[in-house]
Amino acid sequence: MNAPFFKHGLFGDDVSLVMALLIGIGFGFFLERAGFNSSKKLAAQFYFTDLTVFKVMFTAIITAMVGVYYLSVIGFMDLSLVYLTPTFLLPQIIGGLILGVGFVVGGYCPGTSCVAASTGRIDGMVYLLGVIFGIFVFGEIFPLVSSFYVSTPMGQITLPQISGLPYGLLVFLIVLMALGGFAGAEWVEKKMASKKAEA
Amino acid sequence: MTTESLKQAQPYWNPYVAGLGLGLVLLASFVIMGRGLGASGAFSSLVTVGVQAVAPNHVANNEFYSEYIGGGTRSPLKDWLVFEVLGVFVGGFISGLLANRVTKVVEKGPNISNAGRLTLAFLGGGLMGIGAKLARGCTSGQALTGGALFNVGSWAFMMMVFGGAYAAAYFVRRQWR
Repeated sequence: MNAPFFKHGLFGDDVSLVMALLIGIGFGFFLERAGFNSSKKLAAQFYFTDLTVFKVMFTAIITAMVGVYYLSVIGFMDLSLVYLTPTFLLPQIIGGLILGVGFVVGGYCPGTSCVAASTGRIDGMVYLLGVIFGIFVFGEIFPLVSSFYVSTPMGQITLPQISGLPYGLLVFLIVLMALGGFAGAEWVEKKMASKKAEA
Repeated sequence: MTTESLKQAQPYWNPYVAGLGLGLVLLASFVIMGRGLGASGAFSSLVTVGVQAVAPNHVANNEFYSEYIGGGTRSPLKDWLVFEVLGVFVGGFISGLLANRVTKVVEKGPNISNAGRLTLAFLGGGLMGIGAKLARGCTSGQALTGGALFNVGSWAFMMMVFGGAYAAAYFVRRQWR
């Protein structure tokens, strides 16, 4: 059997929608388990009092990264068939900045706000309405920003390609960085907690 | 055990355990579908359907909307990301229900009114919608998915998300603390 299954025609479009629902249920389940239905917990990341966002995000990234790497090394998965969003550097940098501001102002990102809304968080529901409004605004101003939207195109490009470093070495380095980051995060949280206890 | 303690919300999972679960879901999505997770894209489909219902010509003449219309052979809502996001709502609800964490509440710090918090929630959501479209994805589609695939644009995006949020945190601190 070869992965990705869908790309090898193991099932069709209709079944892929069932898969979408199941994968989404798993996604939402773990987001809620992590505490990402709470804007207070999410926002605490940006005041250094609770670094759960960083810990969960990077554990997820290195888990999937290592998994993808080994599955391609043993020949189970064809990585070239996994969809990679093309890079447009400048709009992604500016978009990321705007999104970051929206994260701390609104308290959620789109995925976490879905989980917040379905667990009764009213701020999550209002936030979602804001997302919908923001996308509508973007759609309406699209003719004005379309040239910026397609500026600095770099195509489908990865860090191993751009750095010339072997894929496996980069996996190793990112895992190492993440582990260092986790140790740092635990240290910062303890420091902040003792600072709070003193105050 | 009393009913009182039964109804009490359980603590969240250890972040590394939850992160491992999330990573395995993402890996499963790569293996099964050949694509990662997403969230904001589903709302683009929703917005497109809404605008199309009111002004179909407007949608046809707008490159952003027309991308979400697709070939026009089936509803834009019969879309992979739309179904995935429906699942996110369901999965979050199931997890919350099992841990007694489904509560009607406005999450905020003690120094801001409900109305103030909800105004900022809407504003932040609006910025998020615009930013996510400009960046071709949000925390799910770019940071998580692209991050795991070493996507250059996703890593640049992820650094900027943290940069933007930390830079703005001071100005909205009264909302949370």
